[in-house]
Amino acid sequence: MLAVMVLAGLAGLMGAGLLFAAGRLRTDATQQVIDQVNDLLPQSQCAQCGYPGCRPYAAAIVAGEAPLNRCAPGGESTIQSLSHLLQREALALDTRFGEHQPAQLALIDEALCIGCARCLEACPVDAIIGAPRFMHTVLQDACTGCQLCLPPCPVDCIDLVPRPPAP
Amino acid sequence: MSSSLSYDPQPARPAWGVRVEANKSMSMGEAIQIAPLPSEVRIPLDLSPTRIAEATVAPGDSVRTGQLIARFPGPGGNAICAPVTGRVRDIGPCSVPVAGDRQARCIIIDSADADHWADECKPPEAADSLSRESLQARIAQAGIVGLGGALFPTADKLRIQTPVKLLILNGAECEPYITCDEMLMRERPEDVVHGAAIMLRALGAQQAVIAVESDMPEARIALKQALAASKKTGIGVAVVTAKYPAGGERQLVELLTGQEVPLGGLPSDLGIVCQNVATAAAVSHLFRQGRPLISRIVTITGSGIKQPGNIEARLGTPLRELIAAAGGYTQPECQLYMGGPMMGIALDSDDLPVTEATNCLIVSTPREMSPPRPEFPCIRCGECSRVCPARLMPQDLLNACMNQDVERQAALQVDACIECGCCDYVCPSQITLTARFVQAKAQQRDWRQDQARAGEARERSDVHARRQAERAEQYADGPKADPVSGDQALKDLMARLDERNRADD
Repeated sequence: MLAVMVLAGLAGLMGAGLLFAAGRLRTDATQQVIDQVNDLLPQSQCAQCGYPGCRPYAAAIVAGEAPLNRCAPGGESTIQSLSHLLQREALALDTRFGEHQPAQLALIDEALCIGCARCLEACPVDAIIGAPRFMHTVLQDACTGCQLCLPPCPVDCIDLVPRPPAP
Repeated sequence: MSSSLSYDPQPARPAWGVRVEANKSMSMGEAIQIAPLPSEVRIPLDLSPTRIAEATVAPGDSVRTGQLIARFPGPGGNAICAPVTGRVRDIGPCSVPVAGDRQARCIIIDSADADHWADECKPPEAADSLSRESLQARIAQAGIVGLGGALFPTADKLRIQTPVKLLILNGAECEPYITCDEMLMRERPEDVVHGAAIMLRALGAQQAVIAVESDMPEARIALKQALAASKKTGIGVAVVTAKYPAGGERQLVELLTGQEVPLGGLPSDLGIVCQNVATAAAVSHLFRQGRPLISRIVTITGSGIKQPGNIEARLGTPLRELIAAAGGYTQPECQLYMGGPMMGIALDSDDLPVTEATNCLIVSTPREMSPPRPEFPCIRCGECSRVCPARLMPQDLLNACMNQDVERQAALQVDACIECGCCDYVCPSQITLTARFVQAKAQQRDWRQDQARAGEARERSDVHARRQAERAEQYADGPKADPVSGDQALKDLMARLDERNRADD
């Protein structure tokens, strides 16, 4: 009788422990995969793929809504690593969503800038500093070269230049 | 500590490394010569792309030997001193002998016929009474850099704050053909010993060891005699096995102390500082004669040169004048290499200046050079792993390089490769492994930088998205622009404007 009680007690304790662990340590497997995919994307946040940023595109890839060959800034190597991670066939880059090119950098022609502050909100990584009616400038280290600041600029004072090689 | 050092002539035998034909006797027949004063010198300001000096002279200025002509920025930055007396012709880009065929900004000085020493080059100073800091400052003012090839400012190396147990003076010149350090130790051992004693004081350390290879008995004896004559304590001579690359900094530390320098670390992590013996001699010249770093000994050798030997040349001397001083070419169409045959770089012209890193100039005839051999597939013999002094697995790394797999390269620690070329030397399939690893190391740097940048961009975009969401929420309760009534308002405005225009007409 004692043995039965001890065993039943132990089983109960363990069951409670497992229940607790399951509740506390629950992780969303899908979210994890999305994070993994997101980590492989270049984080330019350029939205060339048709999604508003890298994470939404990652979510769409995982959900099977988007193919994995739409990331132009990542190019061939990103497609390869995505295909390796997801065990899906590596497709050639879909050039309808942009051509792969070397890293770029936005530069504001400060003589032309009128300080309209429209590019500030357009920048997905807050890499432009400035305020209305003050000159703006680009934080070179933070700029991803996504080109999203180009359309809102009313005076076309933003240019994209090749990123200079790091020292 | 002293018990773990191998002072005896029966040193530890490393499993790694290769025994290569030394070819050293060719350039050791004669004593070190002093080269005639050059017609012009070119002093590069940005030889290493991360350390850029600022010129303190302008074109047209006349300079005296030993005068300050440029300085590296920062407190206690190294100086660059004029190696000759003359007039500054120009400051502009010139070709320099570095890997990758880069141009550097150079100060070009037309040399006068004789030396006039600058006033600051005062002869003997009482080095024994100077404090540690003032010793370091004097060494920085004299522009002394490591003459082993890395060109790291000597004063910076002496300024380390962690306690130093041991100073190693690297005289293990393991590459074939090069004999400048060995000849220096044979002919001027007292300079090396004197410089070592000053460096010990500048470091605040007690023990120094001068490392020579087992195939340099003359140098060892000369050093021991000089040591006995100087009566300096705490300095010893150690012998290491003559095997390439025993003279590599990490390899030498391992051979002498049995400790490995950690990956990504420096010997100072183990309380050890390494300096080249030629650097020690330069320090000695400074404190004995007041002479800053204006010259170095260059081995000039190979079958393409008439009188191979060692020449002490002013820094910035054009290589062609050095070759002329060594009797000239034996035949046209010789190929020049700077450094040894294992790690040296091919030069495509003799119109380049001698730099602090020019330890050796090999002039080889077309017959001496091996023609490029075809590469065969890897047969996985494992010879490259056996000889690798960094204990890497070159054959696996080769795969990772061919597959452009940066993560695998990182896992196999391509960054630990010292580019010694041992794997190339032993490969029976004649695969050029080292060149690929050099490329892979550059790729690794770019990759890590991209990773860091992507991480930052992700964080910044998260912040941006969160802020926009907050703002949308804020405005969600307020009055919304009604697209229909907005259109209507615009139409009304246009109608009013039209009306006014008509009224004006």
